[in-house]
Amino acid sequence: MTEMVRADNVHKAFGSLEVLKGIDLVVQQGEVCCVLGPSGSGKSTFLRCINHLEKINAGRILVDGDLIGYQERGGKLHELGEKDVARQRQSIGMVFQRFNLFPHMTVLQNVMEAPCRVKSENKSVVRDRAVSLLDQVGLGAKKENYPGQLSGGQQQRVAIARALAMRPKLMLFDEPTSALDPELVGEVLDTMKDLARDGMTMVVVTHEIGFAREVGDSLIFMDGGVVVEQGPPREVIANPRETRTKAFLSKVL
Amino acid sequence: MTTEQQETERARPEPIKAVPVRHPGRWVLIAVLAILAAMFIHLLVTNDRFRWSFIFLHYQDGKRGVMFTEPVLEGLRGTILLTITSMVIGIVLGVIIAIMRLSPNRILSSVAWIYTWFFRAVPRLVLAVLFGNLNILWDRIGFGLPFDHQIGKLFGINDLNAQFYSIKASDLLAGFVAGMLALGLSEGAYMAEIVRAGIQSIDPGQAEAAHALGMSRQLVLRRVVLPQAMRVIVPPTGNEVIAMVKDTSLVAFVPVTFELFFQLNQISARTFVVLPVLVAALIWYLIICSVLMVGQFFVERHFSRGYGSTGRARQRLRDIEVEQGGRITGEAS
Ligand SMILES: Nc1ncnc2c1ncn2[C@@H]1O[C@H](COP(=O)(O)OP(=O)(O)OP(=O)(O)O)[C@@H](O)[C@H]1O
Ligand SMILES: [Mg+2]
Repeated sequence: MTEMVRADNVHKAFGSLEVLKGIDLVVQQGEVCCVLGPSGSGKSTFLRCINHLEKINAGRILVDGDLIGYQERGGKLHELGEKDVARQRQSIGMVFQRFNLFPHMTVLQNVMEAPCRVKSENKSVVRDRAVSLLDQVGLGAKKENYPGQLSGGQQQRVAIARALAMRPKLMLFDEPTSALDPELVGEVLDTMKDLARDGMTMVVVTHEIGFAREVGDSLIFMDGGVVVEQGPPREVIANPRETRTKAFLSKVL
Repeated sequence: MTTEQQETERARPEPIKAVPVRHPGRWVLIAVLAILAAMFIHLLVTNDRFRWSFIFLHYQDGKRGVMFTEPVLEGLRGTILLTITSMVIGIVLGVIIAIMRLSPNRILSSVAWIYTWFFRAVPRLVLAVLFGNLNILWDRIGFGLPFDHQIGKLFGINDLNAQFYSIKASDLLAGFVAGMLALGLSEGAYMAEIVRAGIQSIDPGQAEAAHALGMSRQLVLRRVVLPQAMRVIVPPTGNEVIAMVKDTSLVAFVPVTFELFFQLNQISARTFVVLPVLVAALIWYLIICSVLMVGQFFVERHFSRGYGSTGRARQRLRDIEVEQGGRITGEAS
């Protein structure tokens, strides 16, 4: 088994506001790691550090053995240039709370854009892959629609297909269902379950306790910029040890 | 869903047939406007001081109407060419300066700020005259090693000349080029503000999602941010183009003679006919602007794809049809 994500003592501050105060995390290949925690605890910030959308102030993050955002040469850290950061991000897919589909492109163009422009892959090959990904998330019939014509749940599934089109080793989900109407949550979670079953390594920030219990291999509970408790989801959810975890779970369950 | 179906199954009530609200005030206003319009048309047709034949048919014996004589058509071509070239310069510069302005690098953004500050502060007319006289500063203008004389002196060579190509300043900066630069550089400052507002109107989540896919900053800008910003950028740019058509008349002060209003004025000075010449100019400007507005319509339509209310409405209609056909909305997932 290889370590897909390794975070060592990660610190992040916005100005004087310390948001992450020493996060440690290991996610093995093929594992689904669920991240729980109250609002403002730094979950999104941590996720964004993993693909270097935010620069960390201290600590290390490695994805598949690659140091994210930096390079170690002669015992010194050098910042990676824009190209190298972009290359690292290519193998890390990310799905956002508010979908962030490109509204001026059709669904199919959204999915094809990055493989065609970033990896310069052959267009007809990408097209076939995009079509089959869209079929996989149940949106084969909406290829030519614009995102504005889809429901929230459909948009989020397109966003998942768009990230998968880059063939990532790791997928990051930042509360993928919290902007959705309750009846649309299920379809997105089902897509994510399929993905987990196919062996994708995933880090999922979510408030869906059911999903964490059913699909998660590990769970971390964050509060105030630190990991308060971690372990197998069933255990943590059934018998939380820390008072903060108990208080949080009693609210969301 | 089920309630909707039940409602469609209920008997449909009679459509409402009600007497609409009357608006007598509107009708009074319309009557007044109609009378004014009739008076105006009457004036145009019956007052022979307009001298329509001077404008349209022939202004002197054996010559075409003043709108269509060769010097005026030449001026028209100049006006159009000057509008196009200075707008191209303005748009290209505007995009570059807007991007510099938004750069995290303080020096780049300050340079951009200073540029906009300067060219928005100076009136175009002053710029036009200034550019017409810039050749006072240099004899020759060329491309080559910068500071070649100074570098030469450093190594003990007097008069090192490392210019690959140079031209007499008075040739380059006379007339058309000076006018084009004055208008284009000034336009760049206005376009920079328009482009910046456009870029800033886009949800930062868009750039973030694109970066997360591994796109470079340049690609993000070109493929994701700018195409969406165009919806905000195009309408004020249309205004700028139309303003530019009219501002080209300022280059008469460079001086450039190759321009519509200058040519028409010449004729009025020669023939002592003032009003019909002004009317001729007015008609040409109206025609150019009308053509431009048609162009703007199509450009705007192109950049609003994906947002169109018509597209969405049509999709909604299709969904409703599917629903009423007894099928469940959405698709197998
Ligand atoms: N770009 C930023 N600049 C300044 N402060 C920020 C920035 N991004 C996040 N923060 C702050 O960092 C803290 C953690 O934010 P974060 O978005 O990571 O929380 P979260 O756990 O994801 O919460 P939620 O469940 O509401 O999404 C918050 O107090 C937030 O105000
Ligand atoms: Mg968050």
